Amino acid sequence: MSAVVATSSRPVGATHPRSRPRQSIFRHHVMRAVICIVVFLVLWEIGSRLNAPWVGEVPAPSVVAEAWLPLLQDQGYWYSWYQSSRRVLSGFLVAMLIGIPFGLAMATSRVFHDITFPVFEILRPIPPLAWVPAAIIFWPTQELSIGFVIFLGAIFTIMLNVIGGARSIDLRFFQAARSMGSSNWDIFRRIILPGVLPSIVVGCEVGIGITWNVVVAAEMISGGGGAIQSSAGGGLGFFIWNSYIGFSYPLIVVGMISIGIAGYISSAIIRKLGLMATPWLRTR
Amino acid sequence: MSEVASGDGNVLRAGITAGEIEVSHVSKGYGDARFHTEVVRDCSFTIERNKLTVMIGPSGCGKSTLIRLLAGFEKPSSGTIAINGQPVTGPRRDRLVLFQESALFPWMNTWDNILYGPRARGETNKQTLELAEFLLNKVGLAQFRRKYPTQLSGGMQRRAELARAMINNPAVMILDEPFRGLDAMTKVLMWEYYAALFEETRRTNFFVTTDIDEAIFLADRLLIMSNMPTRVRTVLEIDLPRPRTQLDLVENDRANEIKMQALSILHEEAMKSFSRGSKAAADFVDAYSKRVSKA
Repeated sequence: MSAVVATSSRPVGATHPRSRPRQSIFRHHVMRAVICIVVFLVLWEIGSRLNAPWVGEVPAPSVVAEAWLPLLQDQGYWYSWYQSSRRVLSGFLVAMLIGIPFGLAMATSRVFHDITFPVFEILRPIPPLAWVPAAIIFWPTQELSIGFVIFLGAIFTIMLNVIGGARSIDLRFFQAARSMGSSNWDIFRRIILPGVLPSIVVGCEVGIGITWNVVVAAEMISGGGGAIQSSAGGGLGFFIWNSYIGFSYPLIVVGMISIGIAGYISSAIIRKLGLMATPWLRTR
Repeated sequence: MSEVASGDGNVLRAGITAGEIEVSHVSKGYGDARFHTEVVRDCSFTIERNKLTVMIGPSGCGKSTLIRLLAGFEKPSSGTIAINGQPVTGPRRDRLVLFQESALFPWMNTWDNILYGPRARGETNKQTLELAEFLLNKVGLAQFRRKYPTQLSGGMQRRAELARAMINNPAVMILDEPFRGLDAMTKVLMWEYYAALFEETRRTNFFVTTDIDEAIFLADRLLIMSNMPTRVRTVLEIDLPRPRTQLDLVENDRANEIKMQALSILHEEAMKSFSRGSKAAADFVDAYSKRVSKA
């Protein structure tokens, strides 16, 4: 009886064993990504130079790069990266710390669910941007207001995924566990928690993307500034807003791409951590 | 794989207190007064000690409901179920169920799945670990102890699940169409494997199926169920010698006689719901009438 399960989704021809420490940069999917980005930049450059409709309004990649290069040596720009990452991370972590237990409680207790669900459902559709004025009034410091708006961006997605994940656990797992003598706590620890973990990972992956979505709105609160005196220093979101006020369009694009890259890296890290936490899904 | 290593039956038999389940006048219905459906009506039978009792009936006749009642996941509307004279009040380790499709915990590897029950009850002593090791070898999965269920084939999953149940030493094992969905070859190997395991331990087993060949291959006693609301229609003692092989049964006159007898009853029961317009029953009649004409 054979039990060989395909563990590789690589295309035929790439026969490297998975344990190989450093993989070739010429792996197919890397190549495809590079080609796609290059084609995109070239089309954008041509469109911009030819003053094509819509694209012509956007500064060309070469212009953007020109504006970007000096920034790479600007401490303030990197401080913005640090600022935004710190805010996103703290808002996101608090969203996880509150959202996961809350979601689990809502999924496992009928009473708790019935009490909290209506409030949850009313608050959920309110966009984080709409919370900005209230956040400024509620919280004593600017940083807390920013963190709060970011937190709101992530928490509902995380909670919804936790609730949905717990609900979709196979009823037979509970029956089998109960028959074999599991206590409630044992079932929670060994059935519900691991059963819900894949959904938590998905919730976090989507959630951290949303936190980067709301970072611009959140950092409008900050009004710029920071420990390092530089016009580029108030966080990546503020950087975009500030560039817009100052009519420096290439810098807007720099800020946008920076946030895109930051979001990409964050999601990739969450995915990696998620796969480490759910080893049984890697075997599919 | 189909051979059970001999000579170590004592380890398996140790600690088994085979149970006997007495089902008397059990009824079970669902829904409120207006839309009440009675699935089981005044059903009585005994799952005898040290025997492999097989229940067969047309699909959708209420066998799975009976299993939930036996396991204690649900309570009967009326009537009583007792194991060794004690009334059944809820799920307990003395009656373990093997479900239709694999219910191995996907986040645990084979080893952790097998040890689930002992760990739940805080019984992970040296003796239990040795028994787990023994069972792992018994079901032929020693090399697959660190594999997750998705990495096992269908037959392996079923065997891992058998081990996960057996380590808890249930007084009665309840199996709900456990080999459904396996390919024909694996299925026959599983029959042989499972029958050998039973013959070695003589643990009380209750096996539910819709497959007449499976039923006759395995059973000491065969309960043929009526259509919904279900009750026992006929009990046949399958007195064929053990160990059985598939080839023996094909040529055995007694086996064919039993098969014909069972099929004609099943056919009659299936026709009842067929006349009421059940799609499931129509399929059933179709499948079985082909086999009857061949036999």
